[in-house]
Amino acid sequence: MRSNVLRHNLLTALLLGPATAWLVVFLVLPFVAIGVFSVGERAPEGGYQAAFTLAQYANLPARATAFWNTMVLAPAGALACLFVAYPVAYYLALRAPERWRLILLALVVIPFWTSLLMRTYAWMYVLGGRGIPALLATIGFEDVRLINTPGAVLLGIVYGYLPLMILPIYVSLERLDRRLLEASADLGATPISTFLGVTLRLSLPGVMTGFSLVMILLLGEYLIPTLLGGGKVFFIGNALVDLFLQSRNWPFGSAIAITLVLVSVVVLIVANRISTRLSGARRVDLI
Amino acid sequence: MTAVPDIEFRGVTKRYGSVTAVSGIDLAVPPSAFVALLGPSGCGKTTCLRMIGGFEQPSEGAVFIRGRDMAGTPPYRRPVNMVFQQYALFPHLDVEDNIAYGLRQTRPRLSSREISLRAGEALAMVRLAGYGRRKIHELSGGQQQRVALARALVNKPAVLLLDEPLAALDKKLRTDMQIELQNLQREIGITFVLVTHDQEEALSMSDFVCVMNGGRIVQLGQPSEIYDEPADLFVADFVGKTNLLSGKVAGHSANLVEVALADGTVIAARERTSLQKGEAVSVSLRPESLSLGAPGSGRLNGIVRNRIFLGSTAEYAIEVGGIGTLLAKADHLIGSGNLFKPGESVAIGFTAGTPLAFPDPKNNGTNQRENKHVETIS
Repeated sequence: MRSNVLRHNLLTALLLGPATAWLVVFLVLPFVAIGVFSVGERAPEGGYQAAFTLAQYANLPARATAFWNTMVLAPAGALACLFVAYPVAYYLALRAPERWRLILLALVVIPFWTSLLMRTYAWMYVLGGRGIPALLATIGFEDVRLINTPGAVLLGIVYGYLPLMILPIYVSLERLDRRLLEASADLGATPISTFLGVTLRLSLPGVMTGFSLVMILLLGEYLIPTLLGGGKVFFIGNALVDLFLQSRNWPFGSAIAITLVLVSVVVLIVANRISTRLSGARRVDLI
Repeated sequence: MTAVPDIEFRGVTKRYGSVTAVSGIDLAVPPSAFVALLGPSGCGKTTCLRMIGGFEQPSEGAVFIRGRDMAGTPPYRRPVNMVFQQYALFPHLDVEDNIAYGLRQTRPRLSSREISLRAGEALAMVRLAGYGRRKIHELSGGQQQRVALARALVNKPAVLLLDEPLAALDKKLRTDMQIELQNLQREIGITFVLVTHDQEEALSMSDFVCVMNGGRIVQLGQPSEIYDEPADLFVADFVGKTNLLSGKVAGHSANLVEVALADGTVIAARERTSLQKGEAVSVSLRPESLSLGAPGSGRLNGIVRNRIFLGSTAEYAIEVGGIGTLLAKADHLIGSGNLFKPGESVAIGFTAGTPLAFPDPKNNGTNQRENKHVETIS
C-alpha cells in the first residue's frame, strides 16, 4: 500500500521533472534575476551594480512614448487581427466543404514554416519603393508612401499573427453544436440574431484566447515595427533592445521588462474573466 | 366539411446526391392530431420532420403548413417549433432565458413583463416553476426534456415537432413523459408530430401512426389498426411481437387462404393482397392469439423450451418440429396454476382467420423465418 503511494509519487516526479527543471532554469531564474536587476543600479561602465532602489521604476515615465505606442499598437493590432481572422475561422469551421477543410487549415498554418523575419523582409520589398508604389505609379498614382508608416506596421502585424488568432477561434466554432443554430432558427431568430446570440457568444472563449495570445506577443513585438515602421515608431521591445544592448542600462531595462510582464498578466486575467462570464457562467459569478 | 390539414406533404421526395431518403410521400395531418412517424433508422422519418421544420428542402413536391406552401420559407418564419433530439438547449443561457429565447425574437417586440410572464407560465406548465434561474447543466435529463418542451410551446406554434424526444430518458421516466406528452397535447389542442423508432412509444401515445420504411409510407392508421391489420410483412414484423411462419399458398376456401407450412400442416389465414396458388408467403401469428392446451387439442404440436413468467402473463418459447420456435403469450389467472413447464408437450391453437398471410418472395416455402424475439428468450 505504502510502496504503491511511493511509486506513484516517484512516477509523478519523473513525469513532471523535466518540464519543471526547464521552467526553473529558463523562466523562473531569469525572471528572478531581472527582478533583482530592476532594483539595482547601472554600473559606471554599463551592466548591473548591486543596490536596492526603486529609482528605475520612478524613471519609467522617461519611456512613456514607448509604453504609449505599445499600449495602442498591441490592442489595435490584436483587434485588427480579430476582424480579419473571425470570418476566416467562421468559414473554415461552419461553411467550408468537409473535404476542403483540412487543406484550407493547412494553408493558414503553412506561412509559419518560414521565419517571421524572412516574411517581414518580403513585405519590406512589397511595400517599398519598387513594390506596390511602383505599380501604382504606372497607373497614375505617383508618390504613394506605404513603407515606414503605422499602416505598414499594422499590416505586418495582422499578417504575422493571423494564424494565432484563426486557430483558437476555429477550434471554438468547430466544437459548436450545430443543432443549437437550428434550435435558434426554429425559435424564430433571423440568421443575424442567431449569429449574435449563439454563434458569437459561444465562440467567445476562442476569441479571448486568440486576442490575449496575440496581444501579449505584440506587447513584446520588436521586429515588425523596426522593419516596416522604419524605427520611427518606438516600442517597448525597441526600448528593451536599446537599453540592454546599446546603452547597457540593465537595471532600467529590467524595470521595464518587469512592468511589461505585469501588464501581460493583467491582460490575461481580464480576458479570462470576460470569456468565462459571457460564455456560460453568467449570474453565478454575480452571486 | 374538410378542415385544412395542419401539415400536408404532396409528392415529397428528398435526395442526397444519389441517395433517396424520402420518396414520393403524400400525407395529410388533420388539426389537433397526435401523429407518430414510426420506422427503423434510415427510413426517412427524421428527414420528413426536418422538412416540416424547414431545415431540409424537398427535392420534389411541396410541404404545406395550414394550407400554405412552405417552399422558400426559412425555419425562423415557420409557425412550427421543434423539440430536438438531446434537446439542443443553449448552454450559455439559464432555464428562463432558454424559454424566453423565442419570445425575444418576436417583432414587434414584446414587453419584458409579458416575456417573463409567459416564460413563467410555460415553466409552470411543465412543472418546473422556480427553476428559472438554474443553469442547463444543473438539470437532470428529464428536466432538460421539459425545458425543451416549454421552450418550444411558449411560442404557441401551430404544430409541435418532436424528434425522438424520449430516447435519452430511462424507462421509468419515459413512461411518465409519454403520459405527460399525451395530456399536454390534449390540453393545448395543437398538432404534435413525433418521430420515433420505438413502436411501443408510437402506439401508446399517438392518434395516428405513420409507419415508414425505405423512404416511403407503408401504412397510416390508428395504433390498433396498425397492430391488428398490418398492411404488409414489414409492418407486421416491425410493430409488436409476432411469429412469422413460412409457407406456400395451397388454395383458397371461402374468403380465407390455405397455407401449407413447412411441416405440411395447412392453416387458414387472411390475405391482405390477393395471393396466387403456389406463392411463397409468411404467416404472421401474434403471440397473444395463440392458445395452449393439452397435446392433440390444437392445430400444431410442440414442446415448451422456455417459460418467462411476467406476473399477469406468461410467455413461452415452443419448439414445433419442422416449423421452428414460436412465441406464445398466455394470460395468467392468480392461483390457477395453469403454467406449462419447460419440456412439457403442448398443443397450440388459434382461431381460423387470426393468422395473416403476406407475400414473401424471400422465403422458399420451407425454412422458417428468423423470429428475432425468440432468440432473446432462448
